[in-house]
Amino acid sequence: MTLVEGATGPWEVVIGLEVHAQVASRAKLFSGAATEFGAEPNTQVSLVDAAMPGMLPVINGFCVEQAVRTGLGLKAQINLFSVFDRKNYFYPDLPQGYQISQYSQPIVGRGEVVLDMEGRERRIGITRLHIEQDAGKSLHDRDPEVTYVDLNRAGVALMEIVSEPDLRSAAEAGAYIAKLRSILRYLGTCDGDMEKGNLRADVNISVRRPGEPFGTRCEIKNVNSIRFVQQSIEYEAVRQVDVLEGGGRIEQETRLFDPEKGVTRSMRTKEEAHDYRYFPDPDLLPLELDPGWVERIRAGLPELPDDKRARFMADYGLSPYDAEVLVAEREVAEYFEAVAKGRDGKAAANWVMGELFSVLNKQSLSVADSPVSAEALGGLIDMIADGTVSTRLAKDVFEEMVASGKDASAVVEEKGLRQITDSSAIEIEVDKAIAAGPEQVAQFRAGNEKVLGWFVGQVMKATQGKANPKAVNEILRKKLSG
Amino acid sequence: MTADRALTALTLAEARAGLRAGDFTATELVEAHLAAMAEARGLNVFIAETPERARAAAAESDRRIAAGSARPLEGIPLGIKDLFCTDGVATTAASRILDGFTPPYESAVTAKLWEAGAVMLGKTNLDEFAMGSSNTTSHFGPVENPWRRRGDNRPLVPGGSSGGSAAAVAAKLCLGATGTDTGGSIRQPAAFCGVVGLKPTYGRCSRWGVVAFASSLDQAGPITRTVRDSAILLTHMAGFDARDSTSIECEVPDFELAMDRPLKGLKVGVPREYRVDGMDEGIESLWRQGVQWLEEAGMEPVEIALPHTKYALPVYYILAPAEASSNLARYDGVRYGLRREGADLREMYELTRGDGFGDEVRRRVLIGTYVLSAGYYDAYYLKAQKVRTLVARDFEEAFRTVDVILTPTAPGAAFAIGEKEDDPIAMYLNDVFTVPASLAGLPGISVPAGLDGDGLPLGLQLVGRAFDEETIIAAAAAIEARAAFEGEPGRGGTAP
Repeated sequence: MTLVEGATGPWEVVIGLEVHAQVASRAKLFSGAATEFGAEPNTQVSLVDAAMPGMLPVINGFCVEQAVRTGLGLKAQINLFSVFDRKNYFYPDLPQGYQISQYSQPIVGRGEVVLDMEGRERRIGITRLHIEQDAGKSLHDRDPEVTYVDLNRAGVALMEIVSEPDLRSAAEAGAYIAKLRSILRYLGTCDGDMEKGNLRADVNISVRRPGEPFGTRCEIKNVNSIRFVQQSIEYEAVRQVDVLEGGGRIEQETRLFDPEKGVTRSMRTKEEAHDYRYFPDPDLLPLELDPGWVERIRAGLPELPDDKRARFMADYGLSPYDAEVLVAEREVAEYFEAVAKGRDGKAAANWVMGELFSVLNKQSLSVADSPVSAEALGGLIDMIADGTVSTRLAKDVFEEMVASGKDASAVVEEKGLRQITDSSAIEIEVDKAIAAGPEQVAQFRAGNEKVLGWFVGQVMKATQGKANPKAVNEILRKKLSG
Repeated sequence: MTADRALTALTLAEARAGLRAGDFTATELVEAHLAAMAEARGLNVFIAETPERARAAAAESDRRIAAGSARPLEGIPLGIKDLFCTDGVATTAASRILDGFTPPYESAVTAKLWEAGAVMLGKTNLDEFAMGSSNTTSHFGPVENPWRRRGDNRPLVPGGSSGGSAAAVAAKLCLGATGTDTGGSIRQPAAFCGVVGLKPTYGRCSRWGVVAFASSLDQAGPITRTVRDSAILLTHMAGFDARDSTSIECEVPDFELAMDRPLKGLKVGVPREYRVDGMDEGIESLWRQGVQWLEEAGMEPVEIALPHTKYALPVYYILAPAEASSNLARYDGVRYGLRREGADLREMYELTRGDGFGDEVRRRVLIGTYVLSAGYYDAYYLKAQKVRTLVARDFEEAFRTVDVILTPTAPGAAFAIGEKEDDPIAMYLNDVFTVPASLAGLPGISVPAGLDGDGLPLGLQLVGRAFDEETIIAAAAAIEARAAFEGEPGRGGTAP
């Protein structure tokens, strides 16, 4: 348990997250308008999105399917009967004057997300998932006097995924969002792009003395990166502890995180909170799902990170850590598996997580755009395994593969990097080295084992590193002892 | 030019036959109605007249008739309640808040009518956002009922909210009109104006493009001078629309064929709970007369119980305002219609909505906001929803035994403009007989059946099973034939 040490003793931080994930859909939730990111303001707005008089919402079945897929991916209860409600409030970027959401009867009920916190398993409860419309965007910075409204986002489908207050630290909150994002990406139901605002979180946070009932919580709205979620939690936990230790009380309120200053600020108190006057949307019928349809979606689910991780550990002998890293992104896992299939899994993991990740990081590439294909990397590993190329030179071969885009055998042939395993060729070089170092020979024979390295160096230098190090060692020992 | 009264006196069915036979042209028919509209401006029936559009459509109809490719409603001039969005024609919902709003789209129902060849004469007046039973809440002023009490020239209300449509049909300014009915807004004004008003089953007509009042209740329907004409119009208004999630996918029959359906052996239910205190004696005797007419047509009267009737009105006045308070939130001055600038956003909202909405709309938005508020939701909205289910169950139970239900349409005849204005409850009581069927989503038709002691028209209402408009059309036709209702209201009006 991670505790915050206050002046008067330790405090436990209690966190629940409401993650808003934009459904990966080309059309909005209740209108046919497009959802493409970055379009000119107000170019993706239908009559329904603009709430023109007499316009009516019609549910987008694809979005419903994505919500069900996500629910199944979270091992959650799928509610075959759910209801759309109106959440009423006035704001210029909310054209209808209400958001269509799901309140008392959401489409997805309880589920869970499993976290691996440095080898310690943490099960985080999912309370619910519901579908709702996004609002538009108010642009306050275009003009000092005037606010502009962009309705491109208005009506875009969101999944709100609500966790239980099961998280106990900023690190866990970060791991939870990362894991959730990973699952969403595996499912293809949300691209998880936090920079575009396609995944964002409301953070509910309170502190308490260990073992005591929950304290009063504050909600930090609309935090749009894992780092900011963690920073806001770190700040807010300390703030709440300071207030309580100073004899104050935590007011239930909504706060905003200021990433520039790294602080949270009060947005509105409970007294100022909206009364949303939720009621079932009379323009929409309750959503009734066919159990057979849900089962067909279940049958079509991909292998998800937890299952894949377990399988990677079993099939490829990976450590829990390596497996966790490799399954985090579906594309990486697929790349790894293409490399590892029929080869040494650990070697494949080392190459992917070592040389490959380093190149991808340096060049800011995703694995999909890797300059070295999984097949090509596999070829290189094969050449190491059969002794064609030494482990040491293999790194040079890999670099050349990155630079030229050629496969390993072509690079090895062109650059003459084939390992010398022919013992007679090595013997010649060994003999030359012994002849060149009578002093070192004497030292070795006097019991100085370390001097062997000098001879190896000579041989390697002479062969441009191509001699098989194991063979060099064996032959050297034989000759020097003889 | 004075109106050719021979043409405006035709029923829709007669005009259809005359056009096909070449007795007159669609242009002549439209001109006669445009002239009648000009004469009757004192009634304040139309918010906007659209003569150019009407003439162009009539010319097109004449071309088609000449070419032998006439559509079912070719050349039939109609009034359109100004709650239906009409492409390129200002649509107001009789509210100041939609000041300057011209929709770039056509409502599903009116689009169907134009596809069938009908011609729009203009947009008819109504209660603001269809909230009212007297057509006195319109931002464009009250509509006058073309009828007057005998020996009394005080202007009377046409009923509401489709008061303009009902008055226009009664004054023979159009052959038919569209209305919308949320708690009685087609049937009650039809009764007050001595015409036929048909509210179809909820889900029968698409709500797409109709300015929303209470989404779970709103339903479009025709107002005409005869039952046959309503059947004809409904056939070309109804139909599934994928753009309205509450629209029902079911076949639309040719409702006109239902006119000749035999009624022999069918049962007519007479609900004892509809004998309310203070009901006009004239209405009560007319109701008995109606039962007798249906008996003559071969139907068997059965007394039935609809025990939750007395809760229907309070339930309606919780649910309809609740939905309205949310439906009307979009009129915020941000994107279209009226905007009153304020010092800040909040003030802009307050000034815009304060100036934009009239008293009755504000009253209902307040009631609706209240009943949905935290702490009151369970006691009002949720309870009302439960009672609504009970009201609907009453009807289900009754329809196990009977085929139609006969009731008065309203508890009284048209009253004077200004009467009941200070008493919203008395005003709301106008809907006491129409609201229960609305809550249950059932079809209802009001048919003029007689005159009261002051010479004002009274209507009888027939309520049918869901999607069985045909039986109520047949029964209404039987009453119509026997009532031999003959009324000739004026066209005068006192408005400037």
